Amino acid sequence: MRHIISVLMENAPGALSRVTGLFSQRGYNIESLTVAPTDDPSLSRLTVTTIGDDRVVEQITKQLNKLIDVVKLVDLSEGAHIERELMLIKIKATGAQRAEVKRTADIFRGQVVDVTPSAYTVQLAGSSDKLDAFIEAIGSVAIMEVARTGVCGIARGERVLAL
Amino acid sequence: MSVEHLSGGEMIMRSLKEEGVDLIFGYPGGSVLHIYDALYQQDHVEHILVRHEQGAVHAADGYARSTGKTGVVLVTSGPGATNAVTGIATAYMDSIPLVVLSGNVPSWATGTDFFQETDMIGVSRPIVKHSFMVQSVEEIPSIMKKAFMLASTGRPGPVVIDIPKDMTAPTEKRPFEYPESMRLRSYSPAQKGHSGQIRKALELLVQAKRPVIYAGGGSVTGDASGELTELAKRLGYPVTNTLMGLGAFPGTDPQFIGMLGMHGFYEANMAMHNADVIFAVGARFDDRVTNDPDKFCPGAKFIHIDIDPASIQKTISEVEVPIVGPTKAVLADMLVMLDEVQMGQNAEDLAAWWQQIDGWRDSQGLWTQDRFERTDMIMPQDVVKTLYEVTGGDAFVCSDVGQHQMFAAQYYKYDKPRRWINSGGLGTMGFGLPAAMGVQFAHPDAPVAVVTGEGSIQMCIQELSACKQYGLPLKIININNEALGMVRQWQDMQYGGRYSASTYQDSLPDFVALAEAFGHVGMRVTDPAQLKQAMTDCFAMKDKLVFMDILVDPNEHVYPMQIATGSMRDMWVSKTERT
Repeated sequence: MRHIISVLMENAPGALSRVTGLFSQRGYNIESLTVAPTDDPSLSRLTVTTIGDDRVVEQITKQLNKLIDVVKLVDLSEGAHIERELMLIKIKATGAQRAEVKRTADIFRGQVVDVTPSAYTVQLAGSSDKLDAFIEAIGSVAIMEVARTGVCGIARGERVLAL
Repeated sequence: MSVEHLSGGEMIMRSLKEEGVDLIFGYPGGSVLHIYDALYQQDHVEHILVRHEQGAVHAADGYARSTGKTGVVLVTSGPGATNAVTGIATAYMDSIPLVVLSGNVPSWATGTDFFQETDMIGVSRPIVKHSFMVQSVEEIPSIMKKAFMLASTGRPGPVVIDIPKDMTAPTEKRPFEYPESMRLRSYSPAQKGHSGQIRKALELLVQAKRPVIYAGGGSVTGDASGELTELAKRLGYPVTNTLMGLGAFPGTDPQFIGMLGMHGFYEANMAMHNADVIFAVGARFDDRVTNDPDKFCPGAKFIHIDIDPASIQKTISEVEVPIVGPTKAVLADMLVMLDEVQMGQNAEDLAAWWQQIDGWRDSQGLWTQDRFERTDMIMPQDVVKTLYEVTGGDAFVCSDVGQHQMFAAQYYKYDKPRRWINSGGLGTMGFGLPAAMGVQFAHPDAPVAVVTGEGSIQMCIQELSACKQYGLPLKIININNEALGMVRQWQDMQYGGRYSASTYQDSLPDFVALAEAFGHVGMRVTDPAQLKQAMTDCFAMKDKLVFMDILVDPNEHVYPMQIATGSMRDMWVSKTERT
């Protein structure tokens, strides 16, 4: 099963490599990874999506917690949560295709953020599934380049991951 | 009050003093010369010069294992640091507290492939509890404080401090104040177990019909031997120890049913397989214990005490009562609460259980009668049995890795913790001799034996020179079967006797001459009738290092041996008989 684990860790050199190193060292897979400082500049928030059964994910969270640089973590997929991923996608857009691409972007609530005579760059945010669906709707022939950020998430309601 | 100003090198030495360190093991080189100069100009910390950095780490490790204190290592950058890696990994696998100070190239040269540059933080990352890179002279005291705190608390382990050379320059003096304590917001190992869980554990324990107490290295490193022994005695339950746990419960106690696992005692493995409640104390259900985890102890409920939550339910899927906490504190709480639960209701079942265990002991136990056949050569088992007799069971026994290690675990009865020193998790050949150096430094008047083989001893044999320099009277018991015995045993059992790369033809050195060349005493024993006298003579030379080269029957195997992919009870008990 797919899990989204959000980690608060020390914003210190080497901290990220300890986390990613742990995944490769213990044979856990990383589907996506995002990391950036939080409102507290001494802390970074890292969100990793991984696939594993309950036992594997239990080990991942325990092993992550053992890292001295990891301050706190939560498995967002254990409760109601919001997840978002941002994609910038460059699409061939000439002739009749231009209107079609624009229409598809509108349906997905994407925005055209850059335009040339032969291409559109569309910005799209949403769940990873939605991004996948957009890519499928556009079709591989028209796609020139895809840049995705990986998943970032937050729990619904009052629950927070903070110190 | 004026604040003292010290250089980084001086700060390191002063921090060591503040931590109560009086002995470190190391090897100098370009990147640590400032530190060595600061070392030279103080007289609190003594430095032991090894002959290879691997030896320095093993020596600090042996010092730590035999005392419970944190071992300290000082090595230079590049090859100095990478040579230390095997030692660090050894300590990591067995949860041994070490602080390893490694020099590195000046900070301005980092990443330029400078002479003797290695990314030590990167290289050591998977085998340390934590590591620090010194980025300013000012932070040295707090890093040192944190390193010692991390190494020795919670689940202990090695901590690396990587120190660029310019951080220790004698001209760069900065204010020095050693912090009293240090808090890390991300680090708070459990100090006690959950009392509700402890009560649940006791209730399950006292109702058990076929209980086994399974105690591992955590009961040794956690200094819980006293509590473990008292609890086991009050309950009257059988106790088995892992390879790392030997000595946590007295080996000569009738309740001790021997080591368990791959080369564990028949009665211990049978008791585990048939148990209804297994009480794991600081043991991690290692693969050398469980055999196939899916077939492991099918009828048992588990109680598991461990300081590391990640050790719980790591290899076995369901633990009835997990207790996260230090073994000592949890067992002490159990002893108090034991008065509140009703004991003795299971007396009848327990008596029947002991009868069954005694039956196993009588039929196949290694200590009820000899389970090996003697030839006209010295048997390796007899070497360890003789060592036990000659030392009255009271020596520190430092082992290398292989058949001799298993014989030393099976046939020497350890009554006290921290007397059996071996590389259990990583299985590092070459560990024994340097580890014994650390043990002897910590216990200058105690008999310290190195049980080794002609394979392992050659991996760190250069330390014989350091032993000479410091006058360490180690007793090296070289169980020489002229082959890599454990490899050959597997080749006999699983590869049709094809001895691929496990023999040396006629290239073995003359160990007696070798010992003498290093300035020690060498002895060679080949006759079984002379073994005991020779070993007595060896230990009578109290102030000398004696290298006993003992030629043993090369065809002997270690038994019992669990059959791979089987359960605990599936064992070869000799070359021809299996359960």
